[in-house]
Amino acid sequence: MTERRTIEVGAIARVEGEGALHLVLEGDRVVDLRLEIYEPPRFFEALARGRRADELPDLMARICGICPVAYQMSAVHAIEAAWGVAIDPGVRALRRLYYAGEWIESHLLHMMFLAAPDFLGLDDAMQIAQRHRNQVERALRLRKLGNRILILLGGRSVNPVGVRIGGFHRIPTRAELRALADELRPARAEAELLLHWFASLPVPSRPQDVELVSLRHASEYPMNEGRIVSSRGIDVAAAEFETAFEEVQVPHSTALHARNRATGTPYLVGPIARVMGNLDHLSPAAAAAHASLAERFASPDPAASVFARGIEVIQAMDDALAVLDADLPPPAEPQAVPRAGIGHAVTEAPRGILYVSLETDAAGDVQRLRIVPPTSQNQAQIEADLRALAPRILAIPEDEGRRLAEAAIRDYDPCISCATHFLTVTVERREPPCEST
Amino acid sequence: MTEKPRLAVFKFASCDGCQLSILNLEDELLALAERVEIANFLEASSRVDAEGPWDVTLVEGSITTAHDAERILDIRERSRVLVTIGACATSGGIQALRNVADVEAWKSIVYPHPEWIRTLATSTAIAEHVRVDHEIQGCPVNKDQVLRVLARLLLGSKPDLPLASVCIECKRRGNACVLVSRGVPCMGPVTRAGCGAICPSLGRDCYGCFGPAADPNPASLIRSFEAAGLSRADAVRRLRHINGWRREFRDVADRLERDA
Repeated sequence: MTERRTIEVGAIARVEGEGALHLVLEGDRVVDLRLEIYEPPRFFEALARGRRADELPDLMARICGICPVAYQMSAVHAIEAAWGVAIDPGVRALRRLYYAGEWIESHLLHMMFLAAPDFLGLDDAMQIAQRHRNQVERALRLRKLGNRILILLGGRSVNPVGVRIGGFHRIPTRAELRALADELRPARAEAELLLHWFASLPVPSRPQDVELVSLRHASEYPMNEGRIVSSRGIDVAAAEFETAFEEVQVPHSTALHARNRATGTPYLVGPIARVMGNLDHLSPAAAAAHASLAERFASPDPAASVFARGIEVIQAMDDALAVLDADLPPPAEPQAVPRAGIGHAVTEAPRGILYVSLETDAAGDVQRLRIVPPTSQNQAQIEADLRALAPRILAIPEDEGRRLAEAAIRDYDPCISCATHFLTVTVERREPPCEST
Repeated sequence: MTEKPRLAVFKFASCDGCQLSILNLEDELLALAERVEIANFLEASSRVDAEGPWDVTLVEGSITTAHDAERILDIRERSRVLVTIGACATSGGIQALRNVADVEAWKSIVYPHPEWIRTLATSTAIAEHVRVDHEIQGCPVNKDQVLRVLARLLLGSKPDLPLASVCIECKRRGNACVLVSRGVPCMGPVTRAGCGAICPSLGRDCYGCFGPAADPNPASLIRSFEAAGLSRADAVRRLRHINGWRREFRDVADRLERDA
């Protein structure tokens, strides 16, 4: 009789939100694998109906405490597309600064608090601090700078309040922006040192044959604008997201999975996809950081995501400084007139592309809202990754196997609270597969 | 010195933002970790003591499932002092908008298979389920407030949480009042202080994310909004927001809708 083993991770630690892993192996065959999301749904797509579109930046920030800017950015761009609002170049630049702040804050949270303990065989960053206090303090200092950008433009770093349709409620003064630049300038060297430290750690390797999907902009590292492109030839506008990708319910899983509509296969979004798809748009310092780690980017490897995040922290600092040094004139007061319309937007959340589509009536009230967060897009790929990992999990003691699987999930920095707004939480396991729209 | 006090952090339906406020204590986090034993904080550590008891338990999030309604009873039993953090835990949060809507219809809007969703028809505050020792309001909580409350509890004294409204902080910052000077429907007069009046400081309306101040008079404030031309629908939306399920706001919103 073949040996049957079950690996259960009841509650995955060091991720955002509540999830569990259930893996059943028979011999070397995976008979069941489920990344369960038991985070309760909060129904954002429903509660937004009938609200004023200008309330969305405040409402949608509440989807995620770690990446509220991503939700605000995809929402305002979708509304502006629906209403035909022109975006002032100064607003465009400040939004890039603002988003850079979130990338810095979110990436450093993942690198030091969520991921680094795995590389050192420790439980948390507080334990790391007992051996490598200077590195933890460095990560905290850099993270504070990211939060500092969010506070300048948004009043606070969690659920910031500064974004409005067409711009910001308050434009920082020249003096405030110059003071920020002065703090950022010396920090890039610190970000390089931190990445260097991560490169000295035994970060595992797990190359995969997976399609990479990210935004691509003609001249910039992607953030708020661009076409959706993939390593296998997808090249569509934000409004065409649903022609290229679909969400499917599969019988072994409690979650809706996104996949390539044409091929039915999983895909990967996030820092790995962004770095590998936009090498030509990295800043010189970020490109140098990438070059020093080039062998980790020879093929897509989710385990190398911590390096991609480190490179993007440098990129985000350079982007922020570029905005600050450009010293654009303060933007004009936004002119946003509500009208009936449909808008779509895709922006690059720290964890990958975030699609929002919405419809407003003539008064500017939300009639329909659809959100596809990055974590739900990565779900199918996370499971594919774990399936491929199963033989290795089988070959080691159960405790180690559990840790290996958990660390693999963490590589994706899953944001479960985000994904849950449309993930099915409790599904009868024997229900037939069916497609969602 | 005796054993360190044991701290636990639990999450219910929420965005993680209030837990994140603890990790956002960039300058104090390592010192805090030296003063307390972080016994259970799943977002930050894989070292999890699920048994307790814990000296101080912070609870983020609201109760929206039957399972969570059970789980909070168990957590309460194992906690010496239980402190709720944030709008979800203290008012039901933004997801409590379902409490005045048709949840079955909402399931169909979001999910292709609504029949598979197990959720309660309501999102409720922790205090509607168990005894709560202290409530820290805010969406998210102010991280310095959390730190001060922990420090006070560690010293064995009572937290000193604000009672006054946002207006007090706004005046202290020297802002021109957006309500008086520009007629913006600012919720500051009925909203609890603690954020530092960040919205009016950016020139916009407070939208009440810190929940009701002590003894607020939202009915009077809303009357003044309506007198200045705010529609009834917008007036209701002002109240049915992040802390809309708090009785102070809910009762007035119910009345406005009834009298519409």
